[in-house]
Amino acid sequence: MVTIETPRSPRSRKGAKWEKWGWLYMRASGVLLLVLIFGHLFINLFQNGIQAITFAFVAGKWADPFWKIWDGAMLWLALIHGTNGMRTIVNDYTVRLGMRKFLNVTLWVVCAALVILGTLVITTFDPCIDPSVNQLADLAIHCGK
Amino acid sequence: MAKLPAGTLYRGKVGMWSWVLHRITGVAIFFFLLVHTLDTALVRVSPEAYDAVINTYKTPIIGIGELGLVAAILFHGLNGIRVILIDFWRKGAKYQNVMFWIVIVLAALLFIGFAPRHLAHVFHWNA
Repeated sequence: MVTIETPRSPRSRKGAKWEKWGWLYMRASGVLLLVLIFGHLFINLFQNGIQAITFAFVAGKWADPFWKIWDGAMLWLALIHGTNGMRTIVNDYTVRLGMRKFLNVTLWVVCAALVILGTLVITTFDPCIDPSVNQLADLAIHCGK
Repeated sequence: MAKLPAGTLYRGKVGMWSWVLHRITGVAIFFFLLVHTLDTALVRVSPEAYDAVINTYKTPIIGIGELGLVAAILFHGLNGIRVILIDFWRKGAKYQNVMFWIVIVLAALLFIGFAPRHLAHVFHWNA
């Protein structure tokens, strides 16, 4: 059923302000993500290379709070940026309102779950669960050796 | 034969195709991001679990797939700057067409710089 609004009723402003912040967020986070992700790819894939990525590599990186903040910022900014982009696409292509609501709620639930999971992983990371990490000189203090 | 619609600045031109590419690359990057958050979370489980899953990223097929991922990220990121310039720069809309080709050239140059080194890593050519 298509319902037509009463003619000449003023356009609803509800949600318009929220949409403006979303629009601005995509641009602001986009600029930050360009730096964060290009840097992430340069160091991990270009300098070190995919074969060098191991648990010990992550432990070495996260021994420095700088990289924990870098990766945490990437996690939050990218997941919210990506989820909001998917929401735009869902709003463009869904016809039924129920389906639109279902997909958007699913997107944000998944986004929240991954942001919480990732944040917990970064903040509670323990390099000492790997015995070989003890041999890395700069991490030895953390593991009580 | 039906005549193609003319006189629109947008349809079938650079403006439309850059928008299409931005969407497709965005969706692809989004789904990778979901997987990548989960595989990285394995560092909290055990070194063996993390290394086992990350090792799949080092196989030839996935290694070549990473080239596609990086290409998508290069385009999406640089075209995002173009979108911002169209929105905020006074002459942005006027130069959107040439800016698209600048995005393509910059992305291609960065990709050419990245691809041989990445393939060398994947296939152990520099060992």
